[in-house]
Amino acid sequence: MSEENIIEVKNLVKKFGNFTANDNLNFSVRKSEIFGFLGANGAGKTTAIKILCGLLLPTSGEVNVAGFDAFKQRNMIKKNIGYMSQGFSLYEDLTVKENIEFYAGIYGVKRSVIKTRLNELVEKLHIHELKDEFVKDLPLGWKQKIAFSVAIFHKPQVVFLDEPTSGVDPITRRQFWDLIYEAVDDGITAFITTHYMDEAEYCDRISIMVDGKIDAMGTPTELKRLYNAQNMDDVFVKLARKQEII
Amino acid sequence: MNRFLAFLTKEFLHIFRDVRTMMILFLIPVFQILIFGYVIKNEVRDAKVGVLDFSGDVMTAQIVSKLDAANDIEIVDYYKNYSEIESAFKANKIKAAIVFEPNFAATFVKEREANLQIILDASDPNLANLLNSYISAISANYANEQKASQAVINVSIEPRMLYNENLVSAYMFVPGTMALILMVITALMSSISIVREKEIGTMEILLVSPLKPIQIILGKLAPYAILSIVNAISIIIIGNFVFGVPILGSPIVLLILSFIFILMALSLGLLISNIAKTQQVAMFISMFGLLLPTMLLSGFIFPIENMPVALQYFSYIVPAKYFLIALKSVMLKGLGFAFIWKELLVLLGMTSLFIGISVKKFKIRLD
Amino acid sequence: MDSSIVINNLIKSYGSLRALDNLNLRVENGGFYGLVGPDGAGKTSLMRIITSLLLPDDGYIRVAGLDPVKDYKKLRLKLGYMPGRFSLYQDLTVEENLKFFASVFGTTIKENYNLIAPVYSQIEPFKNRRAGKLSGGMKQKLALSCALVHKPEILILDEPTTGVDAVSRREFWDMLKDIRSKGITILVSTPYMEEAVLCDTISLMFDGKIIDSGTPNEITSHFKEPIFVVKTDFVRSLLKIIREMPCLKSVNSFGQTLHVVLNSDDCGAKDVSEFIKSKCSFDFQIEPYSAGIEDCFINHIISRKK
Repeated sequence: MSEENIIEVKNLVKKFGNFTANDNLNFSVRKSEIFGFLGANGAGKTTAIKILCGLLLPTSGEVNVAGFDAFKQRNMIKKNIGYMSQGFSLYEDLTVKENIEFYAGIYGVKRSVIKTRLNELVEKLHIHELKDEFVKDLPLGWKQKIAFSVAIFHKPQVVFLDEPTSGVDPITRRQFWDLIYEAVDDGITAFITTHYMDEAEYCDRISIMVDGKIDAMGTPTELKRLYNAQNMDDVFVKLARKQEII
Repeated sequence: MNRFLAFLTKEFLHIFRDVRTMMILFLIPVFQILIFGYVIKNEVRDAKVGVLDFSGDVMTAQIVSKLDAANDIEIVDYYKNYSEIESAFKANKIKAAIVFEPNFAATFVKEREANLQIILDASDPNLANLLNSYISAISANYANEQKASQAVINVSIEPRMLYNENLVSAYMFVPGTMALILMVITALMSSISIVREKEIGTMEILLVSPLKPIQIILGKLAPYAILSIVNAISIIIIGNFVFGVPILGSPIVLLILSFIFILMALSLGLLISNIAKTQQVAMFISMFGLLLPTMLLSGFIFPIENMPVALQYFSYIVPAKYFLIALKSVMLKGLGFAFIWKELLVLLGMTSLFIGISVKKFKIRLD
Repeated sequence: MDSSIVINNLIKSYGSLRALDNLNLRVENGGFYGLVGPDGAGKTSLMRIITSLLLPDDGYIRVAGLDPVKDYKKLRLKLGYMPGRFSLYQDLTVEENLKFFASVFGTTIKENYNLIAPVYSQIEPFKNRRAGKLSGGMKQKLALSCALVHKPEILILDEPTTGVDAVSRREFWDMLKDIRSKGITILVSTPYMEEAVLCDTISLMFDGKIIDSGTPNEITSHFKEPIFVVKTDFVRSLLKIIREMPCLKSVNSFGQTLHVVLNSDDCGAKDVSEFIKSKCSFDFQIEPYSAGIEDCFINHIISRKK
């Protein structure tokens, strides 16, 4: 893990009319870090992620992702990140190979490079038979793993993972995390949201958002110590009880 | 009954809360009828017509001035030969030209028949068709006025225009638009509202509830039946006040006819909702399966008798065709049930067919 | 005690896919039963068959003493059902939604207010707000109120806590316990293993089969292999190292710890400890551990695959 920051957020505010979705957020994510972005539903996580991905303009503040400004260089940000959501982004009626070729193509990866990396990927995931299957015929776990591989196929600097393991069985969930570790070892930064609290502990650092603000940030160990909690679940509950908002 | 009322209340809340639904239900029909009415009317009103008069007698002059006096036709120029007409067409100066044969009046008096040629710019077939009818009808009128009862001016007269004595185009477009609006909006909105429940998952709960399928169906359709009746009445009123389309027949017959057509559209909507799993699919089917045939194959825009034979046969299964025939009979000819029972019967038959299929296909379960 | 739900040898296929493969299930009257498993395990299909929304291919099934295939009309009166996605009318207010579902079942909010009060009172201050404007946790409470408002005998909840944050999830389970104490039988499904222990009886489902059933304690007592927990600050590194160990059945990360399952009683904590020390010099502690539901689930899948 290096000390270089890949995401830098200072005093980020995002308002929708009178509603403040992000209230003065401050955080940074280091290169090759797994950063867990936790919070209750409606706490403002999705808004923040959209801003970091260059999909939404912030109201005020400084936001820098992969060296680009979230106000002025949103297109450059998009070129340098990968994104995967629980809803997937794979086309069900295309084969695995066709999906990969398509996404690599829109990110401008050269044909020859696509070919090499595709072969590497097939070797790594042992998907010799699966690569020509339609995505709709794959089990959920495989879809998720492949969606992730697609999201980092163009070797982005940061990959955003929005509840990537929702509903997946415990073994596949862990295999998925192995893929994340590998990507991180390759120098990619992972920015992840999840509702599985044990997964929160797999992150290098986590932040917990409550009601538009970041209420806690640190390594899982630090947070557990700080809130005198057995596990992240307790940390989370203690934080929310402190506020008690409906 | 309480259950059913609760259902109805909920449906009306959905409708009145959604600005888009309200717009589609009420604003769009009004705009559509105004736009259709005015656009079409203006197009015909401004139609420029040229004259090539080889005869130059009193009679031809009178016919020309009669044409000029008609709202929809403007006599713009007189020509000396056919090539001048041709260049006028090419320069897009005129949409039609009238050619009187030499010694028109003399021939008319002697033979009780005279020839008048109409040359039309067929690049706009609708307008050409209309102008043909107008000019023919006005000339025929003139001939009749001459009290020469057997006299015929030798042009074909479209029977379609026979009852439309003032030759106002809105007469054709108000009933057509009414058919279009009732058909598409009623079927579209009702099918979408059912499919929406499938999409958000509430259909699962409704099915598991003690509501009977028939209550769910009626509860979904009834509000749209009521709103469509309101729509039908407002279209007739706009047609009457804004475009002067008469209501010669009994208003009761008109309402019953409209109601039957609305029932037919609702049953189609129900059928669509059975097939479609998403709102987009329902919309797609309504647009292409209903909008296009209603516009193109019902006799609304293109006369059925001018269509290729295959399409003429196809028009028999377009419900709007029967509605249009019956509607025009009632509104424009003042005819009653005795003359439209066949069309009513066809519409009712279609309705029961669609309902039959839908009720049979309506799933009390999910698979 | 009567059984609320009895299922024997239930089979359901979609084309060539076996969604439910010879299932047996018994939910006692007044019971609090959990179906635990990932997406695609068959939980939703099973619940839909129980609620009479799907027809089974084969097998015996009785719900509240009724056959969901033949007596679905009578049965539907006795069930409260909350499908997987939040099924509410977003454009209606909280109160309108509840009123609607009450009158659909021929009752009123007043009549069963006591039953829904623990849930509904929390959202009642917002009763004039549109359902679409509620937060996730509040929507969930409203959906539960709607499923309860007709005082069903059996409450069936399909993944009510999926995608909901940890706090709201905890609150939701508290409410379920409360409802259960009023004599309503509950059948609930969840993909979160840690929620399983909150039920009386559970079935672990995977790939259309029930892989184990019983009280959470019974299920964890079925875990026979030696299992240890390794605590360390170097989870990722140790995970890779332990994977290479002989006589290892599986090693899985659980937060900042590793659960190590061994093949036989011949191996023990000492072997693990020595193996790690022979490969690296990271600090760690190893202790005996009693398996949780998630350990059991993983172990079943691994055994099956082998």
